[in-house]
Amino acid sequence: MYSDNHIKVLPAVDNKRPVNLDIGSISLPITSYVSILHRVSGVILFFAVAVFLWLFDASLSSPEGFESVKAMFANPVCQVIVWGSLAALAYHVVAGVRHLIMDFGVGEDSFESGRNSARLALGVAIVAIALVTGWIFLW
Amino acid sequence: MVTTVTSLGRSGLSDWLIQRVSAFVMTAYLIFIVGYLVMNPELTYAQWAQLNQALPMRMFSLLTILSIAAHAWIGMWCVLTDYVTVRLVGPKATAIRIVFQLGMIAITLLYVIWAIDILWGIQVNG
Repeated sequence: MYSDNHIKVLPAVDNKRPVNLDIGSISLPITSYVSILHRVSGVILFFAVAVFLWLFDASLSSPEGFESVKAMFANPVCQVIVWGSLAALAYHVVAGVRHLIMDFGVGEDSFESGRNSARLALGVAIVAIALVTGWIFLW
Repeated sequence: MVTTVTSLGRSGLSDWLIQRVSAFVMTAYLIFIVGYLVMNPELTYAQWAQLNQALPMRMFSLLTILSIAAHAWIGMWCVLTDYVTVRLVGPKATAIRIVFQLGMIAITLLYVIWAIDILWGIQVNG
């Protein structure tokens, strides 16, 4: 039988665990930056969903709404908002697919392979963001 | 304890799986939409409305917004429980985190309602 003592003692021990690794004081490998950017882009996307729904709503509201979405791509403020949302999406999807591949046991055997796939993901994401940039600002 | 009550699946393994299944659905949807827009550069309203009001496409879109909701809930939970902690924010961390989490959940549900409203209000003839 467990007494109340056991239940009360455990969380208290938990809370007093010391933190020995101060992340701010060490230099991080590329895998860390790829991971942090995945989180940052995810938080941006949480708000970008509103941008996507707004575009989706306007484009399906009426023929005039559809045309207004097309016309909006000529407005610099809208361009920057949509570009930021799509750039975050492009990065997040690429970094996410890297995770999915690793979940199947590919490329998660050593730090070397993790570092290589992080470099690859960053490269693919840069190409995807370049395409998004070209589509919004140049096309 | 305070952290698990606000997680989506109430279990790490469940959240882990939901995060991956939802990622797969959203990636498939993104590839479809990008492919469709690339293949139809002269897209008209009628074409776009027709595509989106077809039942299979509504199902795909609804499945995607539900995936977005689950994925965002789990992802935001991870970020909030990692950074809004007593060590990093101070003694009021738990209260602050609960407020942020409930706000996040509310926004997520509003996104789902908004998407349903869009999908079931499409008029092909304007």
